Amino acid sequence: MARHTINLLSQSKAPIVIPSGSCADMIIHHYPKLLAADITYAAKAKDVAGRTYELTQFLVNVLGVTNLGAGSRGCLTYHASCHGLRGLGIKEQPQQLLNHIDGIEQKELPETEACCGFGGLFAVKMGNISGAILQRKLDNIQASGADTVVGIDVSCLMNIGGGLRRRGSRVQVRHIAEVLRSTGTEK
Amino acid sequence: MTTSDATFYERTQEALKNAQLHTALDSATTRFVEGRAKALATLPEAEALRDHARRIRAHTIAHLDQYLAQFADAVEQQGGHVHWAATTGEATRCVAELAQARGVKLAVKSKSMVSEELALNQALEHAGVRVAETDLGEFIIQLAGEKPSHIITPVIHKTQKEVAELFRQKLNAAKTDLAGVPAMTALARRILRADFLRADMGISGANFGVAETGSICLVTNEGNGRLTTTLPRIHVVVMGIERLVPTIEDLGVMLQLLARSATGQKLSVYTNIISGPRRISGQSAQKEPDGPTELHVVLVDNGRTKILGSELAEILYCIRCGACLNACPVYRQIGGHAYGSVYPGPVGAVVTPGLYGIAPWSELPQASSLCGACREVCPVRIDIPRMLLKLRHEGIRAGKAPLWLKLGIKLYRFAVLRPALFHLGGRLGSWAAGWAAKNGWIKKLPGPLSAWTDYRDFPAPASKSFSQRWREERGASSGK
Repeated sequence: MARHTINLLSQSKAPIVIPSGSCADMIIHHYPKLLAADITYAAKAKDVAGRTYELTQFLVNVLGVTNLGAGSRGCLTYHASCHGLRGLGIKEQPQQLLNHIDGIEQKELPETEACCGFGGLFAVKMGNISGAILQRKLDNIQASGADTVVGIDVSCLMNIGGGLRRRGSRVQVRHIAEVLRSTGTEK
Repeated sequence: MTTSDATFYERTQEALKNAQLHTALDSATTRFVEGRAKALATLPEAEALRDHARRIRAHTIAHLDQYLAQFADAVEQQGGHVHWAATTGEATRCVAELAQARGVKLAVKSKSMVSEELALNQALEHAGVRVAETDLGEFIIQLAGEKPSHIITPVIHKTQKEVAELFRQKLNAAKTDLAGVPAMTALARRILRADFLRADMGISGANFGVAETGSICLVTNEGNGRLTTTLPRIHVVVMGIERLVPTIEDLGVMLQLLARSATGQKLSVYTNIISGPRRISGQSAQKEPDGPTELHVVLVDNGRTKILGSELAEILYCIRCGACLNACPVYRQIGGHAYGSVYPGPVGAVVTPGLYGIAPWSELPQASSLCGACREVCPVRIDIPRMLLKLRHEGIRAGKAPLWLKLGIKLYRFAVLRPALFHLGGRLGSWAAGWAAKNGWIKKLPGPLSAWTDYRDFPAPASKSFSQRWREERGASSGK
């Protein structure tokens, strides 16, 4: 599957931008290790890894943009997804981007760097533990007082969103790309 | 070394339902996590120190044969005796025979994880030697007939209330003895003091052995380690072969990180460096008035050389601070007992299958979301997630993956490599999910996927896939 993806991504030499810290971490760090012993793919994996970026990393570090002129409403809190945070070192970038959004209030999320319990198949193989970790995240989100949780990883947001929904909470989840795209005049 | 007969799932379920366990774990791990962060922040060079500590451990483990030989020679030069134990049986027999040959009836013991690994107490009791645990946590554990649930705070799973109840039942403690932690500690001290004075043998572990000097370094917070190693006439050190550092300077590096990472202390209350037994011969100025007359060091392999020769060798760098347990979201939910091994948490999920093979322990590496918090806090930066992935792979090769998972992954792979099929699958999935969803969410998924919907809703996929939208929007903007 990694070879297949590398073949597809090798069709162009352009930067590869992924709106997911986990997927970007896989391509940037794990593909080169996975294929290190493969004569044909080791170099390709390195090439692809070298031009792959997570979205906020690309915006802030490569393009040098922090103000996208976005506007929104409500009260946001940010969940730091693990693989973006610890795999790619993405900590400041999303915050810098969010700070330039007009019309919003921000709240700190207690234990923002703690895992939400997703962990890929872990959520299904060990659903009970995953579910318990999620409850702690949801408690923190509700304690933050925000009406929207923003993240950089769809999988974590799917987990958190599903948990909030099950609780009957009205807190919304949004990917950072959605927030950055909004103008504040929608709806 | 299994600590329970229940299945892993049963143990986790039991732990997750235990509200008292949750309260106890939550307050202790939160305190440790915050304490660690603060204590490391007081070191201007914390990150460089961690790098250096890692280099020391990596170097030691890579040259373990040399340092073991040097250490053993130095211990003997200091007047101690060295015993090599390849297995649990050899180690426990060695200590039991030492005790029996010297007419030992009572041994006092300070906290030691390797002795838990060996079930040393049981072996000694079997040989007619009573063993008294003297670390307060271990004292409580022994009274309760339980196993430690954390590598540095063995009784982390119990609240003060539970301990008071245990003391009332087992020690017939009076109400005044149970009025608060100081009173309860005083009661334990009174009982332990008598054992310290009667014991013929003191058994300790070792936080570090120093190869150049043959010294044993023992860190404790209660002083019980000092009494254990100085009052009885025989001192037996039981230590894993990986616990070495080359020099006293290297020990200094480790000590700066150990207590900070473990409890958030700059240094533990007691740091003992023991070099040989009491000196009784030579010049009178060199003679010592107290201390044990015999020192025995039992160096335990018990699977460590197998780990050394594998891709898990890095786990031998571990200095047993427990920071990875405190930081782990899984440990914080299920506690130590649910792991079923004397070594719980992220480090235990690597050490346990490393020592005993993957087949009986295949769930342990699965019990992780691979969030990386363990690697982030490890004082010697052990890449635990990498080894958990490696062990998962080994588990699958040992036939430990459930059928649905094996088939599911095969099917997924088959589809991913065939874009047309993948898109068709996506549409079918989307259609089925749309049919099952109400207001965009699914309350119950079938089969193994129900583990998802047992705890949260599942979002119905968007009506149009990303690639459909990409084609449409890009087609529109470029005028194609």
